[in-house]
Amino acid sequence: MSKLRDALQSGRFVVTAEIAPPKGVDISEMLDSAHLLRDRVTAVNVTDQQSSVMRLGSLAACHLLADNGVETVFQMTTRDRNRIALQSDLLSAYVMGIENVLCLTGDYVTLGDHPHAKPVFDLESVGLLRAAKQLERGSDMSEKPLKGAPKFFLGAVVTPGANPLEPQLFKMEKKVAAGAQFFQTQAVYEPSRFESFMQYARQFKVPVLAGIIPLKSAGMARFMNNNVAGVYVPEALIEEISKADDKYRKSLEITARLINQIRPMCDGVHVMAIGWERKVPDILDAAGL
Amino acid sequence: MYTITKQKTGQELKESLATFDSLYVIGCGTCATACHTGGKAEVMSMKTMLQEAGKTVTGWMVVPTPCDSLTRFAIEEESDRIASASAVLVMACAYGVQNVAAFTEKAVIPALDTLFFGMEGAPGQFSEVCLQCGECVLASTGGICPITSCPKGLVNGPCGGTKEGKCEVDASRDCAWTLIYNRLKKQGRLDLMRKIQSPKDFQKMTHPRRASVIA
Repeated sequence: MSKLRDALQSGRFVVTAEIAPPKGVDISEMLDSAHLLRDRVTAVNVTDQQSSVMRLGSLAACHLLADNGVETVFQMTTRDRNRIALQSDLLSAYVMGIENVLCLTGDYVTLGDHPHAKPVFDLESVGLLRAAKQLERGSDMSEKPLKGAPKFFLGAVVTPGANPLEPQLFKMEKKVAAGAQFFQTQAVYEPSRFESFMQYARQFKVPVLAGIIPLKSAGMARFMNNNVAGVYVPEALIEEISKADDKYRKSLEITARLINQIRPMCDGVHVMAIGWERKVPDILDAAGL
Repeated sequence: MYTITKQKTGQELKESLATFDSLYVIGCGTCATACHTGGKAEVMSMKTMLQEAGKTVTGWMVVPTPCDSLTRFAIEEESDRIASASAVLVMACAYGVQNVAAFTEKAVIPALDTLFFGMEGAPGQFSEVCLQCGECVLASTGGICPITSCPKGLVNGPCGGTKEGKCEVDASRDCAWTLIYNRLKKQGRLDLMRKIQSPKDFQKMTHPRRASVIA
């Protein structure tokens, strides 16, 4: 049984975090981070070759973390596998006790470190969600019966700061119809914009965990503003962190403030620490979570 | 519509021609002429380049459309000059190359890489608008093809990588789904974007495809 599903159904404010498997087979750092997070978050997302960079697989990493007592959210992109491999990996996940699956399309291949690879995209996020639902009903995408059906807690992503926003909302609606049971969002830095997104998203009656990326420096903020779709760090925040003498304390302060501003609006937060995984407990302490 | 080609690099050509000392060169009067990759001017420069590299050019011609069946007669007419060459260098798209290869026993070497079928927007500016997927979706996408114009070929709306109407793959490209959204909004047909579309049937793209249009 998914602890994440239980926690979200209980109405508790839920915290999830994110871990990236290593590029290589030295899993010690990943396991250290997981141990630090284990008692502080409900589940840990394990990314699937994020930014199209080849790494240790998400499924294997989820299995290892489960062995270490950590509940995971298995992130699956449709970039690298066709529908045969995707359905098979969903079955594999289930038999290994992994129920939480975050269904993503994935970044394009040329953005990563194997730009010459063949992009797959046989399915996309919506198609992957539907495929998972179909497996739950006891048959595969070709209507062939399964010997034993899996059960998942399916997640999807949405970008509250997208411009234009309406096409993202249409897609969110489709993801809900396709089977998404929870959402984790792209990083949020503007509570007022997030609030208007949530006013719209509430109609879907699906829990939303707001994405939190701790702001480490003004440089990082500017980089995200220029390069990351749907993320906008307001100038006031950039100024606040650039003026601070103790950047780390300021970062914790800003992140905690942001979490507490958006806390009444949504069902939880999803902390994507991007290299600061070991500092997530500090962030949660600062936010009183 | 044109078949868009680009000339292979000198190095690649040098390698594929290494074992041939005499060549017959065939250009294309249609697409490769429009692309400036295999018209008369390019055939002339190729001839000079080959001669400077110590090769003999036994003859050349620019066939109006090397991809059609009339090419056989052009090849027959030039059979003596082609016979005295050790290989035929074709400055046309892969259709032209394969058609020429069907009508001669000689080794046939492509001088060009075939890129895509392009629609001409501004003069000399070509863009890819169709991947021949075999199940046209344009009715529900405002006449803009997401299979072709979105690098991921998404059928259910934009990904999270779209930024201010631009694409995550290349910020100079428009996001296909933002274009579709804007078009459908103007037409009052946004409901089309709310309908879940099934995954593509890639069986329809199993190569090589054939068609018989005889009644």
